[in-house]
Amino acid sequence: MSKVLYPVSKPGAGAVGKTSTWRWQRPVINLDKCTKCGLCWLYCPEPAFEINEEGYPVVKYDWCKGCGICYNECPVNAIEMVNEE
Amino acid sequence: MSITSRVKKVLTGNHATAYAVMQARVDVIPAYPITPQTTIVEKLDEFIENGLLDASMIRVESEHSAMAAAIGASAAGARTYTATSSHGLLYMYENLWWAANARLPIVATFVTRAIGPPWNIWSDHQDIFTLRDSGWILFMAKNAQEAYDLTLQAFKIAENPNIRLPVGIGYDGFYISHTSEPVEMLAQDEVDAFLPDKRSIKPLLDPSNPYTIGNLPEASFNFLIRKNMWGSMESSIDYIKKVGYEYYLLTGRNYGDLVDKYRCEDADTIFVSIGAMANEGMVAVDRLRSKGHKVGHMALRLLRPYPEDEVIDSIGNAERIIVMSRAVSMGKGGILFTDLIDVVYRNRLNVDVYDIVVGLAGVEVVDNDFIKVYNDVLDGIFDKRETIFLMGGKYV
Ligand code: SF4
Ligand code: SF4
Repeated sequence: MSKVLYPVSKPGAGAVGKTSTWRWQRPVINLDKCTKCGLCWLYCPEPAFEINEEGYPVVKYDWCKGCGICYNECPVNAIEMVNEE
Repeated sequence: MSITSRVKKVLTGNHATAYAVMQARVDVIPAYPITPQTTIVEKLDEFIENGLLDASMIRVESEHSAMAAAIGASAAGARTYTATSSHGLLYMYENLWWAANARLPIVATFVTRAIGPPWNIWSDHQDIFTLRDSGWILFMAKNAQEAYDLTLQAFKIAENPNIRLPVGIGYDGFYISHTSEPVEMLAQDEVDAFLPDKRSIKPLLDPSNPYTIGNLPEASFNFLIRKNMWGSMESSIDYIKKVGYEYYLLTGRNYGDLVDKYRCEDADTIFVSIGAMANEGMVAVDRLRSKGHKVGHMALRLLRPYPEDEVIDSIGNAERIIVMSRAVSMGKGGILFTDLIDVVYRNRLNVDVYDIVVGLAGVEVVDNDFIKVYNDVLDGIFDKRETIFLMGGKYV
């Protein structure tokens, strides 16, 4: 008998390839307004946020699918959704 | 009272099943009522209330949720059981496939019942056959004793680390679920020795080593998941026989044979049927034999994986097979027939096969129906390419 194959995977960035290919709007963060609360990082359903050394969120556009959740959640409206070309 | 020594009790099929589930010491039972399955989980609830079973009964709001909860519990490594019928099975359907693809060793009873409309609570086998392609190992019991025995074996088969497939035990609503017969039960320590240690169930959900179940992988991985399941299904046959044989050594009741052959040895004509009506088929065989006809009956105890070798072996040198299906694939034929005809073709068996659909929606099937079909087959009144519908002794 062969080993059973389970439909399980280790969660991680890029496990199924890039998740950015169907994005039609991208989030752009206005760092002048940003309070570094981290909610965008917390709510993003993809591994699309990094917090940089100064504590600001940085979007990794290879994984950002453009869902706009971060834009919705940002309490100070520091995120704008900009149409892709 | 826990069962300290072997005991024979008069039980309905549903209560026999509940006793087996209790003796298997299941951990979790997510359940939602539907006739004619309900008295299984009611009895289990009673066992829990009386302190005979240390399990969590999860009362959910639908069958879909019942199977979702079963998936979660089984993924966490709990021994998990549920039961349903008919529309409940259909409502559970999506998650039944989920359980199979995720390779979760859930055991479930499917008390067969027709699907409406019009509303109908009586037995036919349409509901359980909706699962035939899913990856569930499927048994069909033909009396309460088999319901009890197969339920215990089911846990052992499902939890084998090389199989890891959910197992369903089917039996006819009312004919078996609600009528009472003597059922011999094993002592608790015999059951404990027969079943594997529950702690050996590999949990898919492990907080110290987190995985995601069912994430979106590359398509080829899905393909391989199904192919891998195919391999486990095929190789499970040997293990199912082994467990059946072990059970035989324990009880004297033979489950090593996946096809229950009755007077097939020198038969020129063999009936095929499953579940409660197989008993009528065997009565018909006795009656025809007493008049000198060489007939036999085979009852498939295992529906999936299909016990192909044993079916071929049972057919032997028979000239004709009369397949009596209590379920029909619309636009194709009786489901037991379509299963069998493929075996006949692939193995180039030289045998005529007749496709008879009976007993839909719980319409009674009796020995006389088998005998009538047999006589009409001998008289050559059927076109072999046709699917014949026999209802209450009349062709319709
Ligand atoms: S748009 Fe969606 S995917 Fe992209 S960064 Fe915002 S929350 Fe994440
Ligand atoms: S949610 Fe808005 S304010 Fe908070 S870190 Fe993200 S961009 Fe900055």
